[in-house]
Amino acid sequence: MSRAALYRLVFVAAGVALLELLCRTGVIDHLTMQPPSDMVRDLAVLLASGSMNKAMLKTFTNVAIAGALAVAFGVAFGVAIHGYRAVRQGLEPLFATYYAIPVYAFYPLLIILFGLGDLPQILIGFMLAVVAVIVNTLNGLDRVSRVLMKTARVYRLGPVATARKITLPSAAPYLLTGVKLAVAHAFIGVIGAEFIMSQTGIGYEISFAYNNFDNKIMYPLILLVLAASIAINSALSRWEQVLMRRRSRS
Amino acid sequence: MSTTHVSLRDVTRVYGAGALEHAVHALGPISLQLQKGEFFAVVGPSGCGKSTLLDLIAGLAPSSAGTIEFEGRAVRGTVPDGVGVVFQEDACFPWLTVTDNIAFGLREAGVRADELRRRLDHALDLMGLRDFARAYPAQLSGGMRQRVCIARTLVLQPRLILLDEPFGALDQQTRLLMGDELLRLWRDTGATVLLITHALDEAAMLADRIGVMSARPGRILDIVETGWPRDRDSRIVAEASFGEITGRLWRLLRGESLKALGKPAAEP
Repeated sequence: MSRAALYRLVFVAAGVALLELLCRTGVIDHLTMQPPSDMVRDLAVLLASGSMNKAMLKTFTNVAIAGALAVAFGVAFGVAIHGYRAVRQGLEPLFATYYAIPVYAFYPLLIILFGLGDLPQILIGFMLAVVAVIVNTLNGLDRVSRVLMKTARVYRLGPVATARKITLPSAAPYLLTGVKLAVAHAFIGVIGAEFIMSQTGIGYEISFAYNNFDNKIMYPLILLVLAASIAINSALSRWEQVLMRRRSRS
Repeated sequence: MSTTHVSLRDVTRVYGAGALEHAVHALGPISLQLQKGEFFAVVGPSGCGKSTLLDLIAGLAPSSAGTIEFEGRAVRGTVPDGVGVVFQEDACFPWLTVTDNIAFGLREAGVRADELRRRLDHALDLMGLRDFARAYPAQLSGGMRQRVCIARTLVLQPRLILLDEPFGALDQQTRLLMGDELLRLWRDTGATVLLITHALDEAAMLADRIGVMSARPGRILDIVETGWPRDRDSRIVAEASFGEITGRLWRLLRGESLKALGKPAAEP
């Protein structure tokens, strides 16, 4: 384990231990927060009971759909506009200010257009995630060296083959950054949308438990979302490190 | 009997020709014939359009006027079949291993698996890359990465090999040794080679004929014949005539190099 990883682990462990201590000594009362060890125990009980399986399946499926759509559309759109300077100059200021727009403000409109099903929640996840993918795709493509583009022409590759075999592999570390952000934004978008416009899903269950002071459900579910998000992000980071290690000259 | 392999007639290249006041006349007019199987080098001052000339012959850039033919067919905007290019910059694909880099073009060309394996093995042995077959380019030295690029070009058995300062990033000893390898490959394959270089000694050692270019807009000032036997290697640098050739090249180039630096050509 590297020194940086050790410091990280110590920092997180110290935070959790402090929280445990504050909860156990009554500084934070039980109605406000459970001790972390109780959260872990209750999460295990919750998972074993299977009572949340439907909500988990629904949320994780919607996050996966929103994330996958954002990655597919974001990469394709980034590749399509990359070569058109005028289009980019027109759109890049919009991308730069995009995250100043509160996407949730559109939820009444999305409900009117698409009803109360899963689609508006997926769309909010998609809308939050897609621009991060586009921006990182453009950033990665900008860094593909001219000589690799010339090499593609020497091999007489068409535009699609050039994108598939040269530019996208070359830009892969940047694309992966986009994917990581897309996953994080898809989680935020879908679970946030479930809070306000859903009758099912983890977001709804957290909100329901909160309204009923049911800490034995609320905190374990928050922990579950945290664990899932961190696990996916860590896996992608590991992949990113492998790619970067292959390319870095030691 | 020698046959013309590549032919350039009154080729020019002007950048920004749309607005005449901003147009930059980069090259030409150049007329030149490369004979089949010869090793031709081009030397010239910085910025004279050497790499532009290579791009035009490769079909990587269009000429503004004149015609370029490879094997009797006009080169227009696409790289013709049978042409291989090695660039000065590192053009290895960093996400692929040495093996996959070298096999890239073969896979694109749909070469059968057994033939692909045979050519790949041959290239790995020829370029001394066998022990690094599974390494990624980042794990190799600059010289080895350039060897990967040369191998990637040679496995396709091009009939015309265009080299744009391929040893520019290497130290002098490695350049001499790489030159030996290049001469051996040239003899073995029988391909026509066009080498762009700023190093007069490199051109004098490797080429049958050397085209000397003027400062921008680059034109061919003179063509120097080296007279070396086909079976030669880097030991010819010790020959008295090697010094004569480089001396002659420098006499032709000195004034042009001064011009390229913005100094009067007549300066002593």
